[in-house]
Amino acid sequence: MKANRRDFLKVAATATGGLFIGFYWSGCDSPKMQVLTDEEVLSQAFNFNAYLSISPSGDVVIYSPNPELGQNIITSFPMIVAEELDADWSKVRIFQAALDNEKYDRQLTGGSGAMPHSWERLRKAGATAKHLLVQAAAAKLGVDAAELTTDKGEVLQNGKKKFGYGELVSDASKLTAPDEVPLKDPKDFKIIGTPVKNVKNKEMFTGKPLFGLDFYREGMVNAMIQRPPFGMKIKSVDDSGARSVSGVSDVIVFNNNVAVVGKTTWPLIKAKRQLRIEYEPDGAVESSFDHDRIFKELLESKNAQVMRKDGDVETAFKNAAQVITSEYQCPFLSHSPMEPQNFFAHVKGDKVELIGPTQTPDRARMETAQLLGIPKENITVEITRLGGGFGRRLRADFVVEAAELSKILDKPVKVTWSREDDMTGGAYRPAVRYRFQAALDEQGNMIGYKLRGVGINAGNSTRENNFPSGSVDNLLIENIDYKSPITTNAWRAPITNFLAYAEQSFLDEVALAAKKDPVKLRLELLDRAKKNPVGEIHYDIDRMQGVIETAAEKSNWGKNQDVMQGFSVYFSHRSYVAQVADIIMENGQPVLKKITAATDCGTVVHPTGANHQVRGGIVDGMGHAMFTNMTFENGLPRQRNFDTYRLIKMKEVPEIDVHYVDSGYDPTGLGEPALPPTGGAIANAIFAATGRRIRSQPFIEQKEFSDIKLQIRRG
Amino acid sequence: MANYNLKINGQSYQVDVEDDTPLLWVLRDHLGLVGTKFSCGIAQCGACMVHVNGEATYSCTLPVSGVGSSEVTTIEGLSKDGEHPVQKAWNEIDVAQCGYCQAGQIMNAAAFLKKNPNPTLEEIENAMNRNLCRCGTYHKIREAVALAAKNK
Repeated sequence: MKANRRDFLKVAATATGGLFIGFYWSGCDSPKMQVLTDEEVLSQAFNFNAYLSISPSGDVVIYSPNPELGQNIITSFPMIVAEELDADWSKVRIFQAALDNEKYDRQLTGGSGAMPHSWERLRKAGATAKHLLVQAAAAKLGVDAAELTTDKGEVLQNGKKKFGYGELVSDASKLTAPDEVPLKDPKDFKIIGTPVKNVKNKEMFTGKPLFGLDFYREGMVNAMIQRPPFGMKIKSVDDSGARSVSGVSDVIVFNNNVAVVGKTTWPLIKAKRQLRIEYEPDGAVESSFDHDRIFKELLESKNAQVMRKDGDVETAFKNAAQVITSEYQCPFLSHSPMEPQNFFAHVKGDKVELIGPTQTPDRARMETAQLLGIPKENITVEITRLGGGFGRRLRADFVVEAAELSKILDKPVKVTWSREDDMTGGAYRPAVRYRFQAALDEQGNMIGYKLRGVGINAGNSTRENNFPSGSVDNLLIENIDYKSPITTNAWRAPITNFLAYAEQSFLDEVALAAKKDPVKLRLELLDRAKKNPVGEIHYDIDRMQGVIETAAEKSNWGKNQDVMQGFSVYFSHRSYVAQVADIIMENGQPVLKKITAATDCGTVVHPTGANHQVRGGIVDGMGHAMFTNMTFENGLPRQRNFDTYRLIKMKEVPEIDVHYVDSGYDPTGLGEPALPPTGGAIANAIFAATGRRIRSQPFIEQKEFSDIKLQIRRG
Repeated sequence: MANYNLKINGQSYQVDVEDDTPLLWVLRDHLGLVGTKFSCGIAQCGACMVHVNGEATYSCTLPVSGVGSSEVTTIEGLSKDGEHPVQKAWNEIDVAQCGYCQAGQIMNAAAFLKKNPNPTLEEIENAMNRNLCRCGTYHKIREAVALAAKNK
């Protein structure tokens, strides 16, 4: 058979409904006959609100507005709508919604914020439709709506089915929705809190085109772009070598970039290597030793921004029986999602079509509108599945360059980044250095606390109102931000991904100096903050104590002399997570066996997804704390691919024991909060086991760690 | 440019490409088989894994000229409708987060289990250590491979 790309894509497009790839998900578990296609359901369905349509066949269509990057919001959001609707989950079809400012608020994925933002909206969307269906049924039956109940897509009277939802949608959709509808008592939840399978499983494990990089449009060209080192601009370009590569149709210099263009990708990878580009400085061209020098200078600077000041720090430190001072440093990090950046753009006169993996479709639209001078109403953004994000896809640099190139070429174009492009053209986790100081009195009470953060394009590298603020009489939090041409951006659990490690390690140092158990020290500080708070407190003390106590209990904290343990707790993105790392000694060397986590994220909507985020966050936090480094030389990272940029692998993951504290609060997000505590728990366990305090990341490159042969093993 | 006859998922395909074109890009750009993923391009992450004569192989560094008459299997051809034991286990354990690395993971796991149908957990870890998962689904991958071995 002669391969024909066009036929293949036609079939794929018909089978999947183009980009709005629907999925009759019950086919996965219990094969049923699919009666209607997605197109048929969509064309017949009655619209109830932005999230929900129901067809006369009883098929329920739920739109998930937020970008899906592995947090499985495409399953958990519809679960909430379906719960309040009392839908038959096997008849639910889920679609990723395109960007729509009128229908949806906050259509982005970031800050672990989607769940707290949308929880009530989604419940109301389902509950309102259910209310209307029941009203329609009551009218048909000529009975009071109070006599009717609902279950699995049916309206019942005295426990007997009267109508399927499909029979009621025409009538119900004509009724006026009330402003307020009753929501379920959480004890009646049937879908929320159950391990519903990821609705995209089958498409993922059979290799369907879901991701931005899989997108293809007849007539489009592919492009790859050579971007400049940070702080440099193009002086000259010799593109003769690139142009001579078979399959390259064009080389375009634009906006300090050089794009190679062709029909397929491989010639572009080759051609990019043939580009001879001379750069010249356009500002500071920095290397890692510059950053080390900057950190040293700014830690001594007299010009820090005071973020929070309580009491009289100077006197407290003057009168201290003991002062502990420690510095902690972290490197830049690349986000490195497994799917490199890419985007499709088609500029047609004053209209633009954008399709691809973005965490912020609205920002992509705004920046494209700004760059091209096209009204944003003329720009559509469709969201593909994202092969990871970690914050990198909150930016729109990879979208606007595709739009700009499409305009220049006057063609639809898909720009693909190679792994090297992704790593060297990043927007990194900022490098930061902290200096912590604690003043202790004779009894080991912390009477003074100082933190100065120096970040490189970090903004505020402190979280001045977070713990331990509120629990110490005399406290000073300062920040200094150095402006660098190296672009930085939110990286999963921005700032706290390192601050938590540094702070929780430092508190371990304080506990040691105060001769206190690390868990007791934290609980004492929190007690103090509860009874006699100092200044503002921006965290819930009871919830923080709740996870501390649960983690201590579940990990048998301090109960087994053969297990060296490290403790860490952090509040970020509205959720609370405490962790304990367990190390045993074997032949004089430490073996990391287990991490126990206690999480309070309120109601757990989707336990499978929650476990994924807690475990994944721990693996992520552990890998980057222990193994991953990124250093710069003349405005470029030295690490350009996974051979030198070391990510954690399967054999390096210990057992992870996950627990939740049911505090009864509405759900908060979990994409980030489990990551921050991990590095600290492990570093504190390493100290407990070896007496070595690791104050910089990655651990394996620190001299204190050089003769420690840490093994990681489960069981 | 040269013509290549490739055997992929039990079918014959003809492509006219440069000799050095990696199998990955032949699959993705010329045949529309985009289930095989591009991620590192240097045989470090395993997102591009396919079977070549049953061996789990990094398709991103295998030039089409080196494929010859080998039988290539991609994620699209692993089973007719996702009913391979590894795919079923992937659903049962609900492994994926972002899902981008998963096709490569599944292909590696399927080739491994064919050679070693009754692996220990340590053997599973050794085999699967070739594949990166940036989301950190390693626990579930290990569980799913073990389940697939049990259910085969």
